[in-house]
Amino acid sequence: MSVPHLWQRLRNEAVTTSRIHRPLLLVGCTLLIALPFLVGLGFGPAWVRVLDFVLLYILLALGLNIVVGFAGLLDLGYVAFFGVGAYVYALLASPHLTSHFPAIAALFPAGLHGPLWLLLPLGALVAGVFGILLGAPTLRLRGDYLAIVTLGFGEIIRIFLNNLYQPVNITNGAQGITQIDGLRVGPLALDRGLDLFGLRFSSLHLHYYLFLALAMLVVFISLRLQDSRIGRAWVAIREDEIAAKACGINTRNVKLAAFAMGASFGGIAGGLFAGFQEFVSPESFQLIDSIMILCMVVLGGMGHVPGVILGAVLLTVLPELFRFGAGPAQQWLFGRVVVEPEALRMLLFGLTLVVVMLLRPAGLWPEPRHRRELAQ
Amino acid sequence: MTPPLLEAVGISKRFGGVQALKAVSLTIREGEIYGLIGPNGAGKTTFFNVLTGLYPRDAGEVLFAGRPLPLGNPAAVNRAGVARTFQNIRLFAHMTALENVMVGRHGRTRAGMLGAVLRTATVRAEETAIRQRAEELLHYVGIGALAGSLAKHLSYGDQRRLEIARALATDPRLLALDEPAAGMNAAETAALGGIIRNLRDDGLAVLLIEHDVKLVMELCDRVAVLDYGEKLIEDIPGAVRRHPKVIEAYLGSAA
Ligand SMILES: Nc1ncnc2c1ncn2[C@@H]1O[C@H](COP(=O)(O)OP(=O)(O)OP(=O)(O)O)[C@@H](O)[C@H]1O
Ligand SMILES: [Mg+2]
Repeated sequence: MSVPHLWQRLRNEAVTTSRIHRPLLLVGCTLLIALPFLVGLGFGPAWVRVLDFVLLYILLALGLNIVVGFAGLLDLGYVAFFGVGAYVYALLASPHLTSHFPAIAALFPAGLHGPLWLLLPLGALVAGVFGILLGAPTLRLRGDYLAIVTLGFGEIIRIFLNNLYQPVNITNGAQGITQIDGLRVGPLALDRGLDLFGLRFSSLHLHYYLFLALAMLVVFISLRLQDSRIGRAWVAIREDEIAAKACGINTRNVKLAAFAMGASFGGIAGGLFAGFQEFVSPESFQLIDSIMILCMVVLGGMGHVPGVILGAVLLTVLPELFRFGAGPAQQWLFGRVVVEPEALRMLLFGLTLVVVMLLRPAGLWPEPRHRRELAQ
Repeated sequence: MTPPLLEAVGISKRFGGVQALKAVSLTIREGEIYGLIGPNGAGKTTFFNVLTGLYPRDAGEVLFAGRPLPLGNPAAVNRAGVARTFQNIRLFAHMTALENVMVGRHGRTRAGMLGAVLRTATVRAEETAIRQRAEELLHYVGIGALAGSLAKHLSYGDQRRLEIARALATDPRLLALDEPAAGMNAAETAALGGIIRNLRDDGLAVLLIEHDVKLVMELCDRVAVLDYGEKLIEDIPGAVRRHPKVIEAYLGSAA
């Protein structure tokens, strides 16, 4: 199918949906476009940065949601795929490889500066392959056992990233990779900002729009997959794997598809992260990050795309609120800072999780079918 | 006489100290209703599980439509044309009745992930066909009105019907039913009997495990009796009913 043809189809679909709730869609789009300006004016650029991270976490949470929410496979090592994507971008858009490998330097005399349109899909692909590699040995495992093995895999990737600097320096170890090219869309270097229509679009603004576009793509893909033959097979496996097999579902292939798809979302997020920070190190891909992403999925509502988005928003914004708010709030209450904000942050965060899970065990915004069940 | 649809030869299965199946052989003909009866623990469900690939077998082979059945691979067995229901109902509890049956179409349809995302004309046509077939099948088993209900909210009898519809969705040539009338009242059982007869009339072979002896004797063209993992006899219902070993092992205790 040709590209213009495809585009036509996507547009037709967009038009049909917009006809149904056109005013709502219009308001929503305007709001999303204006959001970084509103947030920047109201709360300062630090919060626009938070907004950028919200979008990255939405990508990650939706990726993990495919594995955990749709297919019901508990994965505690998901951040590894984020790391893989980040390192793919970092290695192919930084001087690291050319300065350590003369052969590569000879091949690329102008340095390695992979373009975004190549590195993002490549990161998604490599992460997807890793998803299959790590998924394949776990196919017979479920629940707790699967969680433990995937946790191990996540750590293995991080430890590899940490140690692959000798005898040949591939990842530069714990020091990480620096001087990574910023993200560029065509001629536009996002980290330089842009003046347009008399408006100043800062680097944070421009990253926001790129991340937003990709987050919307991933939402679209998630929704399409959910309502498809493969999506039904995922849910069937989640509900009863033996019955799924008896229905003729090749559970091995269908599970690997979930691992690969979920991992590829993580790979995209990783590439964006590397280009956004212009620095990566293994430190960013720890178990706690996997757990955080899992919390977003579970707290929001496993398997329910809007719920997972809500989870990602809340769990990115809340800790920042606690961080920024805890100091001033204590000043105001007690006249001095009693507990260090950083310590309080995790405490309040944990408390929020416990309370939400007690009050809404299926998540804040669960799939309607699960809501129905809990109401009974 | 037509060659048999299914020919199981020397199926054995042991669980630790229990020899659940002792070299069981049986043949099922095209388009017949074949009953498998026997006391509790006789090995009927174990035979199903081996036949449909859920349990690895210790010995034995199964020929299906002239080809060896890929025992040990449930999905492949299903695609070869053997579908089943479960004694302890195994539906996709949080899916609707319609979705359950749509899942049954999986092995007979093709759309992959790329197709799902792009939703090409072919994929949409396939999706429509899946939905239509699923709706037909729900009507066929008499729960067309419950398409939108979650499987877990259906009554026991309706759940059993739904399992049959889901199994039928895989386009089987042999449908294996493990105690489909369990937990049904007399009216529901009679309706089930009607469905099974219709299936046979539509050309399907049915392998039926059932404790409801009356139902088995009324429905089945032939009946085999298992006892302690051994096949005692395989014959027409009238002959089976009168066989002394059967009366001793099974009917004797029930009557
Ligand atoms: N997974 C298993 N592990 C160990 N033993 C098993 C297993 N499945 C069945 N058995 C044993 O094999 C024997 C046959 O059991 P099976 O379930 O096949 O009987 P059945 O004829 O279906 O009985 P029922 O009429 O009660 O359903 C029993 O002794 C049972 O305990
Ligand atoms: Mg049984």
